[in-house]
Amino acid sequence: MRLHVEDLSYETPSGRRLVDAVSLAVSAGETVGLVGPNGSGKTTLLRCVYGALRPTGGRVLLDGDDLADAGVKARARRIATVPQDGQTGFELTVRQIVAMGRSPHKRFWEGDTAADEDLVQGALERVGAAALAGRAFARLSGGERQRVLTARALVQEPAVLVLDEPTNHLDIRYQLEILGLVRGLGTANLLALHDLTLAAYYCDRLYVLDAGRVVASGPPGDVLTGELLAKVYGVAAEVVVHPATGAPTVTYLPGTVGEPRA
Amino acid sequence: MTQTRPGGRFQPVRRLRTSAKRDRRCPRPPGGKAPRTPLAYGTVLAVLIVALAAAGTAALAWGSVNIPPTDVVDILTGQAHGPSPYRTIVLDVRLPRVILGAAVGAGLAVVGTTLQALVRNPLADPFLLGVSSGASAAAVSVIVLGLGAGMATTVTIPTASFAGAFLALLVVYALAREPGGGFTTTRLILAGVAVSYVLAALTSLILVVSARADHLKEVLYWTLGGLGSARWDMLALPLTVLAVGTALLIALARPLDLLLVGEEGATVLGLDTARFRAGVFVLTSLVTGVLVAHSGAIGFVGLMVPHAARMVVGAAHRVLLPVAALMGAVFLVVADLAARTVAAPQDIPVGVLTALTGGPFFLWLLRRGRAREGAQA
Repeated sequence: MRLHVEDLSYETPSGRRLVDAVSLAVSAGETVGLVGPNGSGKTTLLRCVYGALRPTGGRVLLDGDDLADAGVKARARRIATVPQDGQTGFELTVRQIVAMGRSPHKRFWEGDTAADEDLVQGALERVGAAALAGRAFARLSGGERQRVLTARALVQEPAVLVLDEPTNHLDIRYQLEILGLVRGLGTANLLALHDLTLAAYYCDRLYVLDAGRVVASGPPGDVLTGELLAKVYGVAAEVVVHPATGAPTVTYLPGTVGEPRA
Repeated sequence: MTQTRPGGRFQPVRRLRTSAKRDRRCPRPPGGKAPRTPLAYGTVLAVLIVALAAAGTAALAWGSVNIPPTDVVDILTGQAHGPSPYRTIVLDVRLPRVILGAAVGAGLAVVGTTLQALVRNPLADPFLLGVSSGASAAAVSVIVLGLGAGMATTVTIPTASFAGAFLALLVVYALAREPGGGFTTTRLILAGVAVSYVLAALTSLILVVSARADHLKEVLYWTLGGLGSARWDMLALPLTVLAVGTALLIALARPLDLLLVGEEGATVLGLDTARFRAGVFVLTSLVTGVLVAHSGAIGFVGLMVPHAARMVVGAAHRVLLPVAALMGAVFLVVADLAARTVAAPQDIPVGVLTALTGGPFFLWLLRRGRAREGAQA
């Protein structure tokens, strides 16, 4: 199983190019991080991959099949994500929200079976949200919601997991748990992350986006350098390999570098 | 009796621990959100069916002539001996009216529930969104302007109502939709109110231009909503459309649930939202159009009943829709009984009564929604 993004571009109707000819690949069992400053096009790129946006150029291929040709439902069977607009004015329980993850595998009139319920329960336990099962989703905290929606993505049993800031709102313990969990799934994972140290530790490879383009890619140790961070983020930083983790650790130094970004 | 397997002994312990944890974290489940069992749902349905039977019997018994409920039951079960003056009243006058009332109440509640999911806004209602007004404006046009002359009015009026309902819904949808695809409460209500006003004005205009006294009463009836015209020979169409429409919507419970989590959420879970919305719009317009053609525009049932139903069984449509349908039926049968009896022998249009209770309810909902939005901000 291999996700292939080929020359993907996205231009807004008003003509602003948010993603510019990006190519990347993720294989099964691999966790690939997308890093870059605000507005660099990470979210837009991910939305094109999971189908919320239609790219204006290029293709998204899954094992060579162009996803633009697949139906919405066929795509949802293979790619799962945690979308941004999880708000609802209606009171669904956490269990009902997670069970929705089974929908791509069901005909619309089919109910949930005992096997589906086991999957839901298992996913809730894996994200540490089993105690929330009967609660109203709308009344959860941001971090609780994030975990519940991650459980829903697990229940989809996807081949590809696309996550935009999966650690958003989470305290440090859950950040580590969720990233460790995602890494252990065996799926092809494409994650946008803000925290560079976490990205370096949990990702096999990183792509650095700046103004919609890939400016660097490769293993974290090669990509994350003080020079690159100064160029892309405009910050002074020291990158050292941490003795305990063996992964690059980023320490930011006071002050900024160069002109403020637009 | 086989011995308990070692693994089996841990089960109850684990269960106890989880429930204890839940109790500690959340001593009072907010909004009664305890996990629901099929039994609770079955109980709710059973209670509602009994309530519908009781309300129906009461509606058959009381009115300008009060008939003992035991006689009503005897007449219904065919145990009444000999010709009885009550027989005609119960079977030919009141029963079709009760059946129409139950059908219209159930239909409006189902359509209201569906529209609320479709636009993701708990303030949606066929009346507030201009759908009912569209249906009644079209029905009035057919009567007054004599459109489709030569064809039976049992065909032309429902057809026109359906078309009117659908057009009104499309216009409100187009006006309220924001570039991003969302609906704010304000835009939706303003669009609905604007469309309703225009349609009401159009109805008045048609009436004034035609200037015939016999039309006046008929038009008033469509504007206010009432069940007084119920007859046996006109029940087949609304009952069929209601049954088919409700069954289809219950079958569509899963995609309706998906709509509740938003456009993007539904898409990534495999729902083609544009196509699904379009299909459900046609279906809800059809149900509303046909019901309004027989009862006029009865407001607020489609707003109040779905809320009450959600409070009892939650927002998942597979259980919500049947409960809403039964509640709507009970509500309108009772409301119509009140409409016939509070100012007897005057027959108040039931739409006036539902508006009298629905208006304050709507304001309460609006205030509560604002309080909640404020709390979240």
